[in-house]
Amino acid sequence: MKVLRWFDERLGVAAMARKGLRKVFPDHWSFLLGEIALFCFVILVATGTFLTLFYRPDSVPVTYQGPYAPLQGQEVSAAYESVMRISFEVRAGLVMRQIHHWAALVFVAAVVVHAMRIFFTGAFRKPRELNWIIGVVLLILALGMGFTGYSLPDDLLSGTGLRIAYSVLISVPFVGPYLAFLAFGGEFPTEGIISRLFVLHVMLLPGIIIAMIGAHLAILARQKHAQFPGGKASESNVVGKPFWPGQAFKSVGLLLLTGAVLSFMGGLIQINPVWDYGPFDATVVSAPAQPDWYIGWLEGALRLFPPFDVTFFGILIPSPFIPGVVVPGIAFGLMTLWPFIEARLTGDHDHHHLLNRPRDVPFRTGIGTAAFLFFLILTIAGGNDVMAIMFNVQVEAVTNVLRIAIFLVPALGGLLAHRISIQLQTAAPLRLGESTRVRRNAQGGFE
Amino acid sequence: MKPERLVALAFGVSVLSSLALVIVYVAGGDAQLEGLLLGLALGGLGAGVVVWATRLLHEDVAIEERGQLSSEAERSEAAEALDEPDLTRRSMLVRMLIGASGTLAAALAIPALSLGPRPGQSLFRTRWIAGKRLVDLDGNPVRPEQVQAGAVQTVFPEGEVGAADAQTVLLKVDPAALQLPAGREEWAPEGVLGYSKICTHAGCPVGLYRAESHELLCPCHQSTFDVLRGGEPTFGPADRPLPQLPIEVDDQGFLVATGDFSEPVGPGFWNLQSDEGEDQAS
Repeated sequence: MKVLRWFDERLGVAAMARKGLRKVFPDHWSFLLGEIALFCFVILVATGTFLTLFYRPDSVPVTYQGPYAPLQGQEVSAAYESVMRISFEVRAGLVMRQIHHWAALVFVAAVVVHAMRIFFTGAFRKPRELNWIIGVVLLILALGMGFTGYSLPDDLLSGTGLRIAYSVLISVPFVGPYLAFLAFGGEFPTEGIISRLFVLHVMLLPGIIIAMIGAHLAILARQKHAQFPGGKASESNVVGKPFWPGQAFKSVGLLLLTGAVLSFMGGLIQINPVWDYGPFDATVVSAPAQPDWYIGWLEGALRLFPPFDVTFFGILIPSPFIPGVVVPGIAFGLMTLWPFIEARLTGDHDHHHLLNRPRDVPFRTGIGTAAFLFFLILTIAGGNDVMAIMFNVQVEAVTNVLRIAIFLVPALGGLLAHRISIQLQTAAPLRLGESTRVRRNAQGGFE
Repeated sequence: MKPERLVALAFGVSVLSSLALVIVYVAGGDAQLEGLLLGLALGGLGAGVVVWATRLLHEDVAIEERGQLSSEAERSEAAEALDEPDLTRRSMLVRMLIGASGTLAAALAIPALSLGPRPGQSLFRTRWIAGKRLVDLDGNPVRPEQVQAGAVQTVFPEGEVGAADAQTVLLKVDPAALQLPAGREEWAPEGVLGYSKICTHAGCPVGLYRAESHELLCPCHQSTFDVLRGGEPTFGPADRPLPQLPIEVDDQGFLVATGDFSEPVGPGFWNLQSDEGEDQAS
């Protein structure tokens, strides 16, 4: 009470606090997905800060003299050496590093699943288009964070990822070589790239992400939550539990539990053992080699794309350009503009605060399913060499099957999802404001 | 169990785990134990809080009215406030203000060019020149009879070990089986072939060799190249052959290059096929 008065007399916060504490949160598990993403980010900042204090963003060669015997005496970069030191010599370093890496994987996963929830329930419709776009930007930033962080240890695997990124950049017509040389500071491999990635990873990208999360939440607070229909919920109200104390307790609990799961993973499940990969060497590559899961679809697109170096009037369009630049560009472009595309297609420009069940809008559910399957097949294609080993077949056979599947599976899956949605609608029409009980009678019918 | 007890138990587990975590740290640390105990410490606290919220807090459903997000009247007042005649009447000055700001922004962006050199010739040329010996990773020159059939070896120009764009994979095949493109008849003394080790797709080192089918395979995206036919791609996303290094045996019996690779090495770029490289080299 005394504290409240102290602040209220200086800032006039009592009215705001009262409103904030009573803010109503709809009670549905799928609303926690975005929170999990936010809490992963909190854990990433905490563990990342610890790692920053020991990491050296420098590719100057040094001789490894640490406790890991197989590498002793070998020339490695200072960056790699510092990651080895974090892993073997800094107390609690390894667990921090592994929690950080797992948190990154779960972070992107939570963002993706959250975005899918928003998509399939139509939560992006007017007035929430802006927050959808900010969400897509956050997804792209999360991918950027993941890729730059993945590259910092300067091990063999991450060096291969950078090399492919360089090759995609240089493939852009007219400006590619200039872009690649500006980004990398010269022809790959360059000395300066590690320190550039470091600045992006620990300062620029997190700064932008924090600003974007702030905007995301501010808009959410301003527009209030969307909600599922049913009960007393209507377009003009929000039905749920007040922020204080129940929702606040649950959110803090979720933060702690997210941290708990990531700690278990970071302690018990090994990830990115850079000592196994060895330091970066421009003449060596390991096989099979996979990036972190969220880059898998890009890698898969590069693997599936046919050999297709086209020349127009002496201008070469190298084959990585289409799967590496055009496909992701179209994908993110369509995703960003989807709220407007859908509004145009349906002619629906009204405000919507009540969510759809996926079955209620079959065409959207069909398109979303097709898009999801498209990315899924690409991600599988990113591991075509692993699958070839697993099923003991030639990698060429896996690739050829997937080259067909990338068109067939999304098309069929999308149509199937559309059909199932319609079936579900007729089987159980949505009834607002009453609970429905369906019973099977003795004749086998429903009543 | 009563909810109060459950919450107390969870908090108790958390306290004990936190204490154990400190002990493990002081005793020298262990990643597995640290992760486990940190997980229990966070999880105990989290579980307790969640049980408290779900079992001990009895909250009724609350309903909040959304209210009006925007109104016509506010909008027109805001538009009126924005419409400052001293600005709108001087449209010429406003346009100049925008123009000057744009020019300033462009000027401020120019230092970004310091980030990297102009590509110039570097993408067209490597360190290979006529007369350069082929040396292994230890810098020793290589004789054709030292090259093992069925295996691959990485070589560099003499004095340039580690020069990434000059890395060359050396292998030996049966000279009778060779079907090299016209003009390269002399490029494979005693069946020894040199190819750029940088994949023409995305630049990975083409490190795997399938001896029985005479194919080099890139492990990144599975592009495959036929070494008997001048490095022609046979599978995967690569569409251009691996550049071949012209080699011969010098009078002391060592392998030497007789020039640079047959084409620019590495991933494609828009003006790769232009004669820019040759023009400025001559």
